[in-house]
Amino acid sequence: MDNILVSTKVTKRFGGLEALSKVDLEVRRGAIQSIIGPNGAGKTTFFNCVTGFYTPEEGEIIFNGHNITGMSPDRVTHRGISRTYQNIRLFKNMTAIENILVGMHPHLKSWLIGAIVRDPRTVREEAEALKEAYRLLEYVGLKGRGDMLAKNLPYGEQRRLEIARALASRPQLLLLDEPTAGMNPSETQAMVHFIQRLRDELGITILIIEHQMRVVMSISEKITVLDFGRKIAEGTAKEIQTNPTVIEAYLGRGAASGLGEATAQG
Amino acid sequence: MQNKYTDWKQALRSGLLGGVIVVVLSLIGIVAAFINTYVIHDVISLGELLILGPVMALSLTAIRKATNKQPGFLLLTAAISGLASGLVILALAGLGQVINLRAMFLNASPDLYAIYAYQQAPIPGLLLRLLVCVIVSLLTAGFTLLPARIKTALGQGLLYIVVIGLMGRLITMMLSNWGFVAILFQWMFAANSLSLIGAIVLFLLTAGLAYWRYGRPKVKRITDPKKQKVVRWGTLAGLGVILIFLPNILGLWFSEILDNVGLFILMGLGLNIVVGFAGLLDLGYVAFYAIGAYTIGVLTSPELGFFNWTFWQAFPVALLMAFISGLLLGLPILKMRGDYLAIVTLGFGEIIRILVLSDWLKPWLGGTQGIQRIQRPVIGIEGVWTRTLTSQQDLYYLILAGIIVVAFVAIRLRDSRLGRTWMALREDEDVAVAMGINHVATKLTAFAMGALFSGIGGTLFAAKIGSIYPSSFQFLVSINILSLIIVGGMGSIPGVFVGALALIGLPELLREFAEYRYLFYGAALVAMMLTKPEGLWPEARHRLELHEEATPPPEAEAEPATENA
Repeated sequence: MDNILVSTKVTKRFGGLEALSKVDLEVRRGAIQSIIGPNGAGKTTFFNCVTGFYTPEEGEIIFNGHNITGMSPDRVTHRGISRTYQNIRLFKNMTAIENILVGMHPHLKSWLIGAIVRDPRTVREEAEALKEAYRLLEYVGLKGRGDMLAKNLPYGEQRRLEIARALASRPQLLLLDEPTAGMNPSETQAMVHFIQRLRDELGITILIIEHQMRVVMSISEKITVLDFGRKIAEGTAKEIQTNPTVIEAYLGRGAASGLGEATAQG
Repeated sequence: MQNKYTDWKQALRSGLLGGVIVVVLSLIGIVAAFINTYVIHDVISLGELLILGPVMALSLTAIRKATNKQPGFLLLTAAISGLASGLVILALAGLGQVINLRAMFLNASPDLYAIYAYQQAPIPGLLLRLLVCVIVSLLTAGFTLLPARIKTALGQGLLYIVVIGLMGRLITMMLSNWGFVAILFQWMFAANSLSLIGAIVLFLLTAGLAYWRYGRPKVKRITDPKKQKVVRWGTLAGLGVILIFLPNILGLWFSEILDNVGLFILMGLGLNIVVGFAGLLDLGYVAFYAIGAYTIGVLTSPELGFFNWTFWQAFPVALLMAFISGLLLGLPILKMRGDYLAIVTLGFGEIIRILVLSDWLKPWLGGTQGIQRIQRPVIGIEGVWTRTLTSQQDLYYLILAGIIVVAFVAIRLRDSRLGRTWMALREDEDVAVAMGINHVATKLTAFAMGALFSGIGGTLFAAKIGSIYPSSFQFLVSINILSLIIVGGMGSIPGVFVGALALIGLPELLREFAEYRYLFYGAALVAMMLTKPEGLWPEARHRLELHEEATPPPEAEAEPATENA
């Protein structure tokens, strides 16, 4: 099987706390996969290890056949991994279009001299970047919002702008950290469709962190369940739903009935 | 009834506060100091204005806060407020007669009481004062009852009289450069202030204009892009002409101020890149100014006798030195943020200053004696026409040229990929790095460019002064530059110009107020930061949807595009 991302025995400790312990995870190229787990399970820590924010104490992360363990975040992005954040982290005082343009950074070249002289190559590069940025803005459904400051956009639009910014670096692997946090059921549904569309139209592999299980049930090819930094289960949505360890660890004892309800909707 | 009662109390409170303000202003001495600084010659002085101003202002507050808005009631409120203010003033005068306040307050002098009493005998004089307080309060109330249009006109007229009257000395000084043109305006001024006839004419003109303009659309928005271009270039050309002739219009004394303002604009533009764009708080910025100036000094001064280069030979070396020192400062502090960064840069600034002062480097840098006889820049072609730039007016053009180049570069940088990268770093460093931005290269470029601009400022400073001393490169200079950026508006290029004019130019103009100028200046700064915390000319990133790009209204697109997936 062609795996775009393989992590083997990834361990991350903070002082005495083991935030991740020996996590193995494989992401198939072109798939939508999910990591779920209760709060503090180590989901975001895992993202931070993949994107270079943290260096794991043990284990390694292979992306596209290259070892990216401990690589600095900017270089990881250049390799083709891009992410969004659980609590939206846009460049608040920059406009929507500028946010996307910053996202395109890895594909642009002009620097000091180009900026001052504005040689034809820089001018062309900037014009093309701007066009591309507007195209992306439209793609995520924010047409006409380009000149608004990011902080002035409504919540849902901020989420989509963050995805547009992540897409701007033309990633092969997109990491979405709770993309539906704070959304109502219909917005959530729309976001799920949108994620599916990203994969189908752009061919990007997508790894989602989710807190609510029902969000990812319908679209995930494979679901990995983390709890207290350990992988406790992995499999298709069906397998996870019926896995007794998951039901117990994830939803707590005696919550199995609640899970049934949730999956019925999902 | 309860309502009415609170209004009385409130009027009384406002009035007492107004009186207290007058008393405080009197006791710190500014009322007596400015009693002969006329706004309108022999009619009203700044000192008198400092008494009546607070009284009127607090009456206005009382009127604004009053819940009962009937005209008669408002007049009564104002009268109570004015009376209360007057009584407080009288109380000071009375107290001064009974006990010797001068032991505590040097300014509680008989002179002050005489001013209160309009130079009359105490009893009738002070009663007159009380009456005046009530009358001006009633006038204030009457003013608020006028129709808006007349109110605006009157307000504008009075404002112009006060401003022009106070700047009378500066204006007459400026006029002295104008030769025969000055005669046209001479009748308006008398002894450094407006003449009565001048004030009346000025009032009629400005109030009339305000009356006429009231309710009319301000300036028609030009939408035709071709016309816009014409207007833009026209404005630029006009500005250019004004800037070229400015030293001639304003005279020598103003040119000196302009040069200083210009040097601070240069440095402000540089620091704005570091602090405003990239968000790196640098408190040792004066170091690069010193490096630029000292490089010129060492390379050109025949006194030290090392190189004896010309200014223009030394100039590129000085810029290179500043640029490199920017990079060197940048290296150790890459990982630092916010407060820590500020402390380290502060240390760097001090290190440079102390190195320059040190005995160790004295043979090269002159120690406390500094470096004298720095070569002035010479322009022109050898053998055809040359000119050594020495006067304030000559240097003005050199500094202006420097500003134009630096501002151009700053604008280009701001609007480039590099500028976006800086701003992203300022907004959220972690996320910026996750966007693939190399924070090392980005920060170093910001530091180096900032240092380069400051270095240019330093070279021109050396050229202007002709001799440099370590005392010119105090920590306070860094603070001044930082303040002007904050006052102008963080990250805003026009803000740097406005900030430099306000912070460096204004105190010079306020020389009118002698030793009190920094008091006024400080008060103005505090007031400004309270009313306009974003700066005088904040960065224009709020164009919102006005951009041409936004063809359909955003609402039409607001429904999630994901629906039609």
